[in-house]
Amino acid sequence: MQVYVCVKHVPDTAANIKIKGENDYDTTGLKFVVNPYDEYGLEEAVRLVEKAGKGEVVIVTVGPAQAATTMRSALAMGATRGILVKTDDKFLDSRTASKALKAAIENDGAPDMIFTGKTSVDTEGSQVPYRVAKAFDFPVANEISALEVKNETATAEREIGGGAREVLEMSTPCVIGATKGLNEPRYPKFPDIMKAKKKEIKEFEPGDLGVDIPASNKGPLKLEPVPERSGAKMMQGNVRESVEELVQTLKDNKIL
Amino acid sequence: MPKTGVLIETENGAVKNINYGLITAALGNRENEVVAFVTQDCAAKAAEELSAYGASRVVRLGVAGGDINSSPDLCAKALAAAIEEFDLKYMAGLATAPGRDVFGRLCAILDAPYVSDIQSIDYGAGTAVKSHFSGKTMATVKLEGSVVLFTLRPNAVDPVENRVDSETAEFTADISEGGKVTVKEIKASQQGRMELTEAPVIITGGRPIGAPENYKMLEECAEVIGAAVGASRASVDAGFAPHSMQVGQTGKTVSPNLYIACGVSGAVQHFAGMKTSKVIVAINNDKDAPIFEKCDYGIVGDMFEVVPVLTEVLREFKDK
Ligand SMILES: Cc1cc2nc3c(=O)[nH]c(=O)nc-3n(C[C@H](O)[C@H](O)[C@H](O)COP(=O)(O)OP(=O)(O)OC[C@H]3O[C@@H](n4cnc5c(N)ncnc54)[C@H](O)[C@@H]3O)c2cc1C
Ligand SMILES: Nc1ncnc2c1ncn2[C@@H]1O[C@H](COP(=O)(O)O)[C@@H](O)[C@H]1O
Repeated sequence: MQVYVCVKHVPDTAANIKIKGENDYDTTGLKFVVNPYDEYGLEEAVRLVEKAGKGEVVIVTVGPAQAATTMRSALAMGATRGILVKTDDKFLDSRTASKALKAAIENDGAPDMIFTGKTSVDTEGSQVPYRVAKAFDFPVANEISALEVKNETATAEREIGGGAREVLEMSTPCVIGATKGLNEPRYPKFPDIMKAKKKEIKEFEPGDLGVDIPASNKGPLKLEPVPERSGAKMMQGNVRESVEELVQTLKDNKIL
Repeated sequence: MPKTGVLIETENGAVKNINYGLITAALGNRENEVVAFVTQDCAAKAAEELSAYGASRVVRLGVAGGDINSSPDLCAKALAAAIEEFDLKYMAGLATAPGRDVFGRLCAILDAPYVSDIQSIDYGAGTAVKSHFSGKTMATVKLEGSVVLFTLRPNAVDPVENRVDSETAEFTADISEGGKVTVKEIKASQQGRMELTEAPVIITGGRPIGAPENYKMLEECAEVIGAAVGASRASVDAGFAPHSMQVGQTGKTVSPNLYIACGVSGAVQHFAGMKTSKVIVAINNDKDAPIFEKCDYGIVGDMFEVVPVLTEVLREFKDK
């Protein structure tokens, strides 16, 4: 079983984002991690191959040379090897990223399944799984929190609101965009981390794969911090008094 | 006048409230004409409801070969055909689970740029504003492509009434093959809860809620003001609430008018999912809890004492 997992190198969600200039951010000292949703896809891929008893899990990243470090932690979670398509674009547009992912996978082998995360936590695009699927002409399901693959049929579940769930069926190979609930990603142990250091990461320039990165699209025009609230107005008095003050204030401000 | 297509979400044959803000966003400064699409047999009723906000045409969208609702692929294909048929400059939807799914498929079919989950749009400048870095920053992005695709975060734009005359039509796209994925089943939620991302008010309980049954206290309060009930990740991880109730970076992103956080410390990952709420209230027994530094109104107290009183006071105010 040949399974590919698209893994994005993104700033740690707990880290502060220091905006630089009009539309850039400072990466010095910034911790980067595997896009959290991609970990669910990776775990699912590793389990599928373990269950099949043969095959490999190949992780594919389009990102800067430093992404290799992030890829090592994905390799420690059980992936077999990695492919890195190098670009220094911090805000690579989704169409180009998808074309590069497609080219890298196609150049490497014939996928039985492709996993991604449901969204990138940096650019919040929510579209690469669909674009990659279209490029391969595969079915796709995103935001998947339960999956069963049997006899070339994948049955996938996604939440569609208020706790209701939609069950989708498709043939394999297909693209699955993973989200929380799909599984509990494993925590790599020390020997896994050591083993991951020796695993292969093949590096490509986009041009090697026939991918053209357009110069026109360099991310957002402007990047601004979301203004933080400056501190709460505290309601005074005993429980009853403070609650009344709150409700009155909300009424006065037409919030209720 | 440029035309904006809008994919409307209906439920049991009625237009959901969250669509009205989308129509307002689709109109811009009334510089666009809005063509609304519904995929269920409720175009006439929808036209009545949507014309109050400015949709001048409501189209029942279908496919020649079968049921458009049998696969999100069919809905996306039909929208792609509708863009041509109606000569649309913009195509908009809601950033809900179904909306995100259809627009993801649509952008792939057209190989066109697509901006998801925007909070506002400026047609004149050709830009939209959306979150980057899990709610920590706002990005102004350029709208590109011969047709501009976007989804709008529910509740991000306030609906503005703007009554117009509205006509209905039908458009059956010439698509005969089925979708690559098929909807096998919709599993209804056991509790029949209101969807968090669509709720105008949310009341959330954090880890100190202590047990699943204690959410009843919040549900009672929610009922009085038509709110939905949310949970923090610590509470979900402890097994007190299902993941579908989780607000935050790995849960749902919500923008209600009012967000009431009870027993929530105020972690960045929680705020990533609710900081665009218009007003945030915190109820916490620790006067130094970090959440008080980044919300609008605070009450120091034990949630198990404060919430029942809040329910009572809200009821009294409502009856007045
Ligand atoms: C990658 C990642 C993703 C994450 N995603 C999310 C996410 O999506 N959503 C999310 O919520 N968290 C998320 N977290 C976790 C987050 O960092 C916090 O751990 C979590 O939000 C804390 O939940 P809490 O506020 O309910 O609990 P606590 O941190 O335990 O806070 C409880 C608060 O309640 C107060 N309190 C205690 N008893 C009472 C009482 N009787 N009455 C009133 N107040 C009381 C306490 O003073 C305290 O402030 C994520 C973390 C990581 C690393
Ligand atoms: N540059 C990239 N390299 C590898 N995978 C990516 C890249 N960009 C997006 N993806 C994958 O596509 C998913 C959705 O991304 P997006 O459409 O950007 O929100 C992510 O969770 C990743 O699995």
